[in-house]
Amino acid sequence: MLNFLKNRSASGWLMVSPLALVLVFFLVLPIIMIVVVSFWRATEFSIIPAFEFDNYEFLFSSPVTYSVFLNTFKYALITWVFTLGIGFTVAYFLAFHVRTQTWQIALFLLCTIPFWTSNIIRMISWIPFLGRNGIANSALISWGVVDEPLEWLLFSDFAVILALVHLYTLFMVVPIFNTMMRIDKSLIEAARDAGANGAQILWNVIIPLTKPGIMIGTIFVVTLVMGDFITVRFMSGSQSANVGRLISNDIALLQYPSAAATAVVLLLTVLIVIGILLRFVNIRKEL
Amino acid sequence: MEPRSRSFYVLAAFFGLFVLFLYGPTITIAILSFQGPGGGLTFPMRGVSLHWFFDLFEQQAVGDIWGSFGRSFLLGLMVMVTTVVVSVMGGLAFRKRFAGSSVLFYLIITSLVIPSILISLGVGLIFSQLDLNVHWSTSGFGSQLTWTLPFGLLIMFAVFNRFDKSYEEAARDQGATPWQTLRYVVLPIIAPSLIGVALFGFTLSYDEFARTLLTAGSYNTLPLEIYGMTTNVTTPVLYALGTLTTVFSLLIIGLFLGIARLTAQRKAKAGSDAGEGMV
Repeated sequence: MLNFLKNRSASGWLMVSPLALVLVFFLVLPIIMIVVVSFWRATEFSIIPAFEFDNYEFLFSSPVTYSVFLNTFKYALITWVFTLGIGFTVAYFLAFHVRTQTWQIALFLLCTIPFWTSNIIRMISWIPFLGRNGIANSALISWGVVDEPLEWLLFSDFAVILALVHLYTLFMVVPIFNTMMRIDKSLIEAARDAGANGAQILWNVIIPLTKPGIMIGTIFVVTLVMGDFITVRFMSGSQSANVGRLISNDIALLQYPSAAATAVVLLLTVLIVIGILLRFVNIRKEL
Repeated sequence: MEPRSRSFYVLAAFFGLFVLFLYGPTITIAILSFQGPGGGLTFPMRGVSLHWFFDLFEQQAVGDIWGSFGRSFLLGLMVMVTTVVVSVMGGLAFRKRFAGSSVLFYLIITSLVIPSILISLGVGLIFSQLDLNVHWSTSGFGSQLTWTLPFGLLIMFAVFNRFDKSYEEAARDQGATPWQTLRYVVLPIIAPSLIGVALFGFTLSYDEFARTLLTAGSYNTLPLEIYGMTTNVTTPVLYALGTLTTVFSLLIIGLFLGIARLTAQRKAKAGSDAGEGMV
């Protein structure tokens, strides 16, 4: 029996060995390296192995850290609300109001194709829309809504969140749609036969059954937004910061130990958030 | 069929707006990339021309775009092939529990949720401390795999969750060896999903930015090149490049979807004739 178990594990490990190798060398070791370097000391020209808590002390004593972390959570929360609202509505329409499977697949693909194109290009493409002389301002002025161009459309928190919602709503649509498609339609008929109206069916039947999809979408959106640095840099015109930007700024200044310490705190924060979210969903069962 | 409810039309309008939101900006820069030579980054159009596209072909004007495109394309192919092979092997292995399988599963999830810049930073630090040169085909390649493999594996898990094991049993009962079962039964059945995995592998690599930021070395990939341009290029040449690479992405997506459709059709045509002539 023991021998048999051993064999099964051996063949299993043989099959996953390439996967395990990639993950060890490019995920586990880098994380260990970051943790190690976070205790090192930086001089102007190089980094020196050491074991001191200076980087963390500096990090936690700086008021900037707290405001930047707060800002990161703010972006994550607001983006989550919008992506969930939009993503759920779109998935609900596709799953329950589009009647033929061909149309469902076609419209679903229409929603997912941008995911396979470049994020940076999709960010750049907001410039002609939001700029000072952009489409939005011209339209608002010609409609007489405002007299002067709005300055806060591009290079602002508004632009950051708009771009994040634009980039990441797909990550809500896909898992929610996937869960909705597996809801047994007879449950909805049963609810209707029992006298429930549309809103009641939505609230008492569909939303509870869609929770796993919502959770998976939430995990994607929250982690993507918390780890983002490029969208915030680009869309805020370097005027706002989140933790990712803090790290990338340190990297640009070659302050690797300090970047590593911030990275460790960010990683722990993300993992705690994911740990909490995973309590509500069993990912392997939901695939 | 019952008539459409009013909520259908409201939701359909919402969906239409969502699609406009998704594609509108991209279409806008596609139009603006045809600006005349004197045009700027926003409307109005000052004439219509291919000026900015021609600019892309002038080497000195905007850096090494074609070199970086070549590298991104090659890297995309490398990542794609690796992702497909490793994901299939991983997917097959995960059908049975083995010692440590849940640890590995959580590593895959970690790989998916870890902020990209941490991979970039960590891999960059390891290479610099070992005095190795970072290069897009080594450190960049490995870093990108940490992003594409989780997607490939999640797709494979989903595929094998729905896989009917009786096909394999039937093959085994007929005397097929495990390799034959895999080669002639399992792989043909999962083939269309593998095209999906390949699509993810290629496009996610081709567009990846954060994980290659510190790991690509002195030769930029295309997204890094474009990112560099955003800080110092203020002409529609940026849009022309964006339009071209988006068109390229769309062609790739179309190609993969086309192949997926063809395989599905062929599979349907060559489907089982079991039960024919029984009655």
